[in-house]
Formats: sequence, structure tokens, C-alpha cells
Amino acid sequence: MKRKRNWPIWVGFIVAVVGLFSYGFFVQFPITRDFPWANLLLLGIGVALLIVGLFRAFGRPQLYRGKIFGSILTAIALLLFVFFCYEIFYVLRQVPLSAHAPRVGETAPDFMLLDQNEQPVGLGDLLSGSRGTLLIFYRGFW
Amino acid sequence: MRSFQQKLAEFDARGIRVVGISVDPPEINLRQSQKLGYTFPLLSDPKAEVIRRYDVLHSGAGPRGADIARPAEFLISSGRTVRWVNLTGNIAVRARPEQVLSAFNQIEAAGQ
Repeated sequence: MKRKRNWPIWVGFIVAVVGLFSYGFFVQFPITRDFPWANLLLLGIGVALLIVGLFRAFGRPQLYRGKIFGSILTAIALLLFVFFCYEIFYVLRQVPLSAHAPRVGETAPDFMLLDQNEQPVGLGDLLSGSRGTLLIFYRGFW
Repeated sequence: MRSFQQKLAEFDARGIRVVGISVDPPEINLRQSQKLGYTFPLLSDPKAEVIRRYDVLHSGAGPRGADIARPAEFLISSGRTVRWVNLTGNIAVRARPEQVLSAFNQIEAAGQ
């Protein structure tokens, strides 16, 4: 008898890969960026489906295919999951302490920088005629 | 930054200026402003001098080991007094505009 295609393996692997690569999409929204639950959920669903597929492949090998490629794809998906967790829970948290950053009540260092039109802008210019200035330092390299 | 652009009217209404600062050169900032529709200035600090002065340098964290700024937000008022600071412990987690607006509202309420 021809053995059946073991769909949870394929679907699980695709869902896990989408879970990793959709980070670039979900990172645009604070609700899915501050804690990447959407990516972790997809990766989790993918790995769960792969495990279901493996149970079928090893439990009823006369009925389902996928012992070898199922194992390979599950190993790859687990590596993706570990890599994602390492990036999210370790790499992204390696931020300098900034112990000497100006604190509340202190005087902010003055500066003069060029804006996007190559016009010099100083902190004094920003503060004059405004009730406050919000400086957003960002990583750049866009 | 996108979320700050979306709430920019609320910052304008309170008389708060919003500016971004990074190591990117002005031409990149111009292109980026146009692409994303940012109407607030993006300031260029290519040698990270101001970034160092504020102690928000993330040494070697950019592509090919370039020195860049870590994400950080400072609310400054007249006399260059720092009124509110956000130094995130996670690069992906930045200040949200609502946080800054509510901090400003509290400072204003406390000052009156």
C-alpha cells in the first residue's frame, strides 16, 4: 500500500520558517515588537506540528512517510527556534548601561548638528519657542 | 519613530519638538524622511560626538563594527533641563509616544 503524505511535517516546517522571517513584518508594530509573541507563537505551532508528524511517521510507519526528512526538518525548525530565542532574549538585551547619560534635573549637553537638509540645528534653537524638545536617539544605518 | 510621526499633532499641540539623532549622514536622513513621510528633523551625528556626550554610544554595534547610538529618549525643557529619560534595556523596546505625552502632562501638572 502506498504510504500517505505526512502533511503536519510540511505545514509545521513552513509555519516555523514563516514564524522566523515574519519578524521583519511584526517588528513594525510596538504590540508585536516589545515582546515578539506572534513570532514565538508561529514557531511554537510549527514545532508542535512537526512533532505530531514525527509521531505519525515513527508510530505508524506503514501508513505515513517522513521518518528521515521529518527528523531533518524538525531539527532545522528547532535550530531556528533556538536561534530566535537567543537573538530576542540575549542579543537584543546587550545594551550599554549609559551610566553617565544626563538624568532628570541635570542640564542636557548642548549640540549643533546638520539636519536632513544640511541646515545646522542646535539644541538652543529647538528649545527656543517650544515648551520642550524630545531627542530620540536611534541606531540608524537605514 | 513611525509612531511618533503618527502622534506628531499631539506633540505640536503641547509645543513639544521631536527630533531624531543618529550617525546616518544628511543625505540618508533626507531619503528616509521622504520615504517614511517624517516631518520632524533627523539630525546627523556621523562621528557620534553628541551621542558620546549623552553617553548613549553603542560601540561597535553597527554594520561592520561601526559605532552607533543605542535607542534612548530624552525630554528636555527650557534651560536645557532634562525632564524625562528613557534608556531601554532591550533594543527592540522603545519609548512609545503615549508614554512621553503622559510624562509631559504630569510634569506640566506638577509645575502648576
